Amino acid sequence: MLGFLVKRLALALLVAVTVSVVGFVLLRASGDIAVAIAGEGATETDIQAVRQQYGFDRPLPVQYVEWLGKTLSGDLGRSVYFNVPVAQLIAERLPVTLLLGALSLVFALALSIPLGVVAALRPNSLLDHAALWLAVFGQAMPSFWFALLLILVLGVWGRLLPISGTGSLLNYVMPAIALGYYATPAIMRLTRAGMVEVLGSDYIRTARAKGLRTGKVLFKHALRNAVIPVVSLAAVQFGFMLSGSIVIESIFALPGVGQLAWISLQRSDFTVVQGIVLMLSVIYILLALLADLFNAWLDPRIRVA
Amino acid sequence: MSESPVTTETAGAEAPAPLGPWARMRRRSLRHGSVLFGGFLLLAFVAIALTAPLLAPHDPYAQDLTKRLIDPVWSAKGSWAHPLGTDQLGRDYLSRMLYGSRVSLIIGLVAMTISGLIGTAMGVAAGYFGGRVDHVVNFVVTTRLSMPVILVALAVVAIAGSSLVVVVLVLGFLLWDRFAVVMRSATRQVRDLEYVTAAEALGMSVWRIVLSEILPNVLGALIVIATLEMAHAILLEAALSFLGLGVQPPTPSWGLMVSEGRKVMFFKSWLITIPGAALFLLVLAINLLGDGLRDVMAPEGRG
Repeated sequence: MLGFLVKRLALALLVAVTVSVVGFVLLRASGDIAVAIAGEGATETDIQAVRQQYGFDRPLPVQYVEWLGKTLSGDLGRSVYFNVPVAQLIAERLPVTLLLGALSLVFALALSIPLGVVAALRPNSLLDHAALWLAVFGQAMPSFWFALLLILVLGVWGRLLPISGTGSLLNYVMPAIALGYYATPAIMRLTRAGMVEVLGSDYIRTARAKGLRTGKVLFKHALRNAVIPVVSLAAVQFGFMLSGSIVIESIFALPGVGQLAWISLQRSDFTVVQGIVLMLSVIYILLALLADLFNAWLDPRIRVA
Repeated sequence: MSESPVTTETAGAEAPAPLGPWARMRRRSLRHGSVLFGGFLLLAFVAIALTAPLLAPHDPYAQDLTKRLIDPVWSAKGSWAHPLGTDQLGRDYLSRMLYGSRVSLIIGLVAMTISGLIGTAMGVAAGYFGGRVDHVVNFVVTTRLSMPVILVALAVVAIAGSSLVVVVLVLGFLLWDRFAVVMRSATRQVRDLEYVTAAEALGMSVWRIVLSEILPNVLGALIVIATLEMAHAILLEAALSFLGLGVQPPTPSWGLMVSEGRKVMFFKSWLITIPGAALFLLVLAINLLGDGLRDVMAPEGRG
């Protein structure tokens, strides 16, 4: 287990470093930051001064190492537009995005796990096919379009839910549905496949032969085992949701990290964009790491390989 | 789709013995509901894209500010002069819809080809050579997966300037991960089979083994992933264009049309429902084709 742990941690670290290089290159490719920092109407000497002060005149690898040191200590630079530290901007908006991600995941799991279980219990039944069609339709729906349809149907025609802002938890219902449904097909298929496999196994037959009630067999013995791979998929899907929140937050005017990214892109405030790319990547790397460790802890075969 | 398992099985039972694997597959696909439906729908979209100049009643770029926001033909105020009405600039919506199919299909096809080449090369190399090559590919794929696709794509487009070419290249260079993963495991499965060992024993070069022994045998998996990734690229282009950092106006991209129609969606909802529905149908067609082909090529793998 220790060997596996070390190897997996090293991979995560290496990936994080590579992502940071990409982020650094992205920022440097976005144009001359010295000009942006110096502001409008700055003379050539002003820009030169900024260049020297920030060390932009030194070789790139040196700049990268220095930048990495700053980033690791939590200094992500300053937003050119807002003129506040990027770390502070992100910290202010992260709770909204995390709440949206968590609610979307809850919605996705609440819809896809029961559907997957029911579909697995009666393969090729009407319900199974209905669940499959739901998955096929869900995968083909552009999320921004689905979000706008929700606004039209539930917000404008039905007048059931608020269509933008963050006044109450009700404001999160439509965004969570719009963001979460995209993960449902994958989770449902995995739950279904896991249940079909587990239900055909010997220990379920034994449990049934012992005369255990169907409900107990299903939930205590079958679902518990079938749901294991779903946990790691859900972790990874949560990471995807955080990155997909850029579309949904901009539609529903939720002041989260995604909306911040969108605003910053439009204002060419690439320091902020880079900070968000890094943060989302690190969250994803951590989630994937946790999911792998969780799997290895449950299944000894993984950690030996 | 509901009768598919039965039909595929009977097709296999009825097929006369001397048919080759490809011929058998062709037979099975012709009886497979979702392959047929998805295939025909996709063909219809391709036909529309190819013949858009003949089908379109008006120039999709021609503005007429005296004819702004005309209702579609099914509403009381509509007329056949503009079957789907007009947009805020008085452009014929049907013509823009027809031309829009070209944008989606071109972006889907080209991005899928680029990412397919990259991903297949990486996946086959990882699966065939294993060892260190496999580790490196695994690392590159993990790195790519940990970066938020939409945000990175938006950032690169914002830096490089948005145009059709930039969007296609960005998507092509971002979406190869699934190709790499699937091609790697498919290659590993055939890598140690007798005919590959035989080819190695004969002293064939690595290139020849990969091209003539490995690739033809992983083609099935490749086609399935290609359809799914094409659908993925089309959806992403639509999302980028919707956010204003994809295809630029006045090009009729469906994602862009939804974004333009959004400003008046509460009064003129067809402006967003029509292009969105077209995107949905196109992606549905491609996904159905891909899902169906997977069933047809590996009927035993269906749960």
